[in-house]
Amino acid sequence: MNIDLSRRGFLRLAGAGVAATSLGAMGFGGAEAAEQAHVRAFKLATTTETRNTCPYCSVACGIIMYSKGDVKAGETAELIHIEGDADHPTNRGTLCPKGAALKDFVHAPTRLTTPRHRAAGAAEFQEITWEEALDKIARALKDDRDANFIQANEAGVPVNRWTTTGFLAASATTNETAWLTYKTVRSMGIVGFDNQARV
Amino acid sequence: MTNSWTDIKNTDLVVVMGGNAAEAHPCGFKWVTEAKARRGAKLIVVDPRYTRTASVSDYYAPIRPGSDIVFLMGLIRWMIENDKVQWEYVRNYTNASYLVKDEFGWSDGLFTGYDEEKRDYDKSSWDYKMGEDGFVQTDPTLQDPRCVWNLLRAHVDVYTPEFVERICGTPADKFLTIAAMIGECSSPTKTMTSMYALGWTQHSKGAQNIRGMAMLQLILGNIGVRGGGMNALRGHSNIQGLTDIGLMSNLIPGYLNIPTEKEADWTTYMSTREFRPIVPGQISYWQNYSKFMVSFLKAMWGDAATAENDWAYHYLPKLDVPAYDAMRMFELMNHGKVNIYFCQGFNPILSFPDRGKMTEALSKLKMLVVMDPLATETSHFWQNHGIHNDVDTASIQTEVLELPTTCFAEDEGALVNSGRWLQWHWAGATPPGQAKHDTWIMAQIWTRVRQLYQDEGGVFPDPILNLTWDYADPGEPMPDELAREMNGRALATVYDPADPTKVLAEAGQQLGGFAQYRDDGSTMGGCWIYSGSWTEAGNMMARRDNTDPDDTGAYLNWAFSWPANRRILYNAASCDPQGKPWDPSRKIVEWTGEKWEGYDVPDMPVTARPGEVRPFIMNPEGVSRLFSRGMMRDGPFPTHMEPFEAPIANVFNARMRGNPVARVFETDANQLADIGDPEFPCVATSYRLTEHFHYWTKHNPVNAALQPEFFVEISEELAAERGIARGGSVRVWSKRGQVWAKAVVTKRLRPMQIDGKTVHVIGIPLHWGFMGSARKGFGPNSLTYQIGDANVETPEFKAFMVNIEPATEEPVA
Repeated sequence: MNIDLSRRGFLRLAGAGVAATSLGAMGFGGAEAAEQAHVRAFKLATTTETRNTCPYCSVACGIIMYSKGDVKAGETAELIHIEGDADHPTNRGTLCPKGAALKDFVHAPTRLTTPRHRAAGAAEFQEITWEEALDKIARALKDDRDANFIQANEAGVPVNRWTTTGFLAASATTNETAWLTYKTVRSMGIVGFDNQARV
Repeated sequence: MTNSWTDIKNTDLVVVMGGNAAEAHPCGFKWVTEAKARRGAKLIVVDPRYTRTASVSDYYAPIRPGSDIVFLMGLIRWMIENDKVQWEYVRNYTNASYLVKDEFGWSDGLFTGYDEEKRDYDKSSWDYKMGEDGFVQTDPTLQDPRCVWNLLRAHVDVYTPEFVERICGTPADKFLTIAAMIGECSSPTKTMTSMYALGWTQHSKGAQNIRGMAMLQLILGNIGVRGGGMNALRGHSNIQGLTDIGLMSNLIPGYLNIPTEKEADWTTYMSTREFRPIVPGQISYWQNYSKFMVSFLKAMWGDAATAENDWAYHYLPKLDVPAYDAMRMFELMNHGKVNIYFCQGFNPILSFPDRGKMTEALSKLKMLVVMDPLATETSHFWQNHGIHNDVDTASIQTEVLELPTTCFAEDEGALVNSGRWLQWHWAGATPPGQAKHDTWIMAQIWTRVRQLYQDEGGVFPDPILNLTWDYADPGEPMPDELAREMNGRALATVYDPADPTKVLAEAGQQLGGFAQYRDDGSTMGGCWIYSGSWTEAGNMMARRDNTDPDDTGAYLNWAFSWPANRRILYNAASCDPQGKPWDPSRKIVEWTGEKWEGYDVPDMPVTARPGEVRPFIMNPEGVSRLFSRGMMRDGPFPTHMEPFEAPIANVFNARMRGNPVARVFETDANQLADIGDPEFPCVATSYRLTEHFHYWTKHNPVNAALQPEFFVEISEELAAERGIARGGSVRVWSKRGQVWAKAVVTKRLRPMQIDGKTVHVIGIPLHWGFMGSARKGFGPNSLTYQIGDANVETPEFKAFMVNIEPATEEPVA
């Protein structure tokens, strides 16, 4: 028998069995064994558990993510469930109405999946490769920096700042992303630099 | 937060003012519930709206948006008048006894030194009287009329309960009930905590709102103790971290400063950062500034940063204005002075005020790069969505690149919660499609720019070509590599200054903490306050030991808390000048006679004797400040300022508009309604709903179903006055824009009596736009103005003037 048979499917089959023979003929023990064989495995038993924290507010509730597949093992992993982490001292397993629906945020229909480009005046985005997008950005940065970088003020003091390009940084990226962003932005001399804490 | 979420359980009284934790921070608010249930703590809510936090409070009082300073100064006045002061704390741990210059004063709503033309103060009189010995003059008896305490007493004298009622609209009896409840916490064995959020920050005087409460907490002796503190409930999961790491125009990681043009060289820069103690025998920790700064410069530029070139000081940009903050950039953009703009996980077209100005500004860019997991309004600002984004697409010449990024579930690294805990998290899902980590994108862009400079040369390439980039894969630095870099490591052997034969770290080893930072080039470290987070013992941020000896709420072995894994800032102030806890049942640290020890990492060098070294070691005074000298632009004491749009003029000075030193660009000034303008009679304020997070969760079909549609909240009285039906359509408009919404008519808002006038308040939730799964709607930013706090440029979202009328139907585009 197919062990993936659902519980409802099993009962339907069992019903058909009653018509053909009888439950008694099948034997009580046999039915139990058949039932045992057909109960679906606990869904989360075959998943990979990963500890994370909620990306919304600053309470930073601990969460456990359950995925089919293991990212660490280099597998493709699909997120199938998120719940509160009962070991976490702050939230002790609880989540709010936002955190409780986190899985569906990850799978939001409006998640972006490919780089896109909107040309000046165009009515639509066009897909673009990463290489094209990154080259375009790097070229634009270099040209704008070379054209507008201010090396010294009127008094001759080196000021080395670049004001015609700006960078608005995030509110939920990791510290590590923040530090790499800091290095990148500062080394180029960009001063129009801000993050979500401003608002 | 000075304290942590889990510490809130230790309090006796929670004051929620300027926030709504039950809805915006639900799982953190559970610690309030815990304190109520286990300790019998009380909860006070002061808010324009009867929020869900208010619904579980012990006492609620309404307040007009934008009048908080009056309420807070009223409380301080009441505490002084009724002797509800933790005197020993005030005398020993605040600057109450310090003498202030004779020239300092206050009249007509302004402090001495105001220059109307410059919209700025000459702050030279806002300072202490200094003795010839270089130390501040004091009067420990508090008799001298020029001591801070007596100046404060005079300053708050006007804020009587009747004055509070007149300006805030809070009935005097309610104010007095609250004052009495708070006054009980002046006892050394009673503690109050302040929980606030954007209800206090999003004002043109937001920083002074917070100072007002901080001063009250100092007067009650509630800073540094368990269950006390000033607890900013930050709005996002890692704006604490982004701020710590200095992703702001004028910051360097760990709250160091980007130089200004006036600091033409390293010596000049360092000369104002000596932080010499101004009381005898004090430790002034910022005296280590050069160690943090040099180690940062070494982290950035490695061998190219040398003593000879002042540690590559000139690789840093120098500012000609206080900051190129976001609102200044949008102003410049609107004048065609910005060409390229990046939005990394940020949706400014809805997050910044004055939507019309935002759209205009972005339309003048040559290139907009949006990095985001979601299809945001910002990346689609050029797309016409009828009334919800009424733009002429063809005329917008901005080139837009929309780059798909990962979200939390697919990323690894640390976020910093409100309580300063750096918590590591791991990736558990594969990114969708071609979505990439932000680190990969930043590295790819940066290495390409570097390549162009290598190939072509160009203007001042040095800071780019010499930037340290020693990652195993230069195209994708790993989270652990970046975290180690922030922690810092030894570049040469680091010795113990007390015992030069003792090695603290060998070259190449991770540093154990910022005490090992040096200013001779022998150490590097990207963010000194994070030092200790990734040591030779490994990743401290990934620790998951949730034991909590004696249930103090400290959880010292869970993750890592900056600085130095300390859970409560200023915790030495939890003890009296003999080093014994004010409240033995709430001990956190204590002086054993030889050293400091306890449940937390002492906020004091462990052998510094109490009574000799005062607990506020980050200040050269050694004490906290009831009078903040010239450190804030708008005054050493908080004083009442009306919002830039208000129903009444400032009672102290009818000519004064908003915050007299807030920056106002001309284009924004022209967009303001007059004070008391009959066309805009209602006060509006923005707020969050518990079912939504900003503009993100409308992309989630579950949350979009829970709260599908934009609405505004009004009182039954206003509905009756304007003929607005429950659930009816309304139009709300300000001097800058208009929105259409459903009307939610509730008892949660009530008209107020302000200076003899009836004033209605309209609540405007902030979760809708034109992208995602929810119905299309508007944000409050279609109505608000781009003027921010005078010190930090946080926009005034919480108090502005509008009008409302029934709308027969929404116009069809």
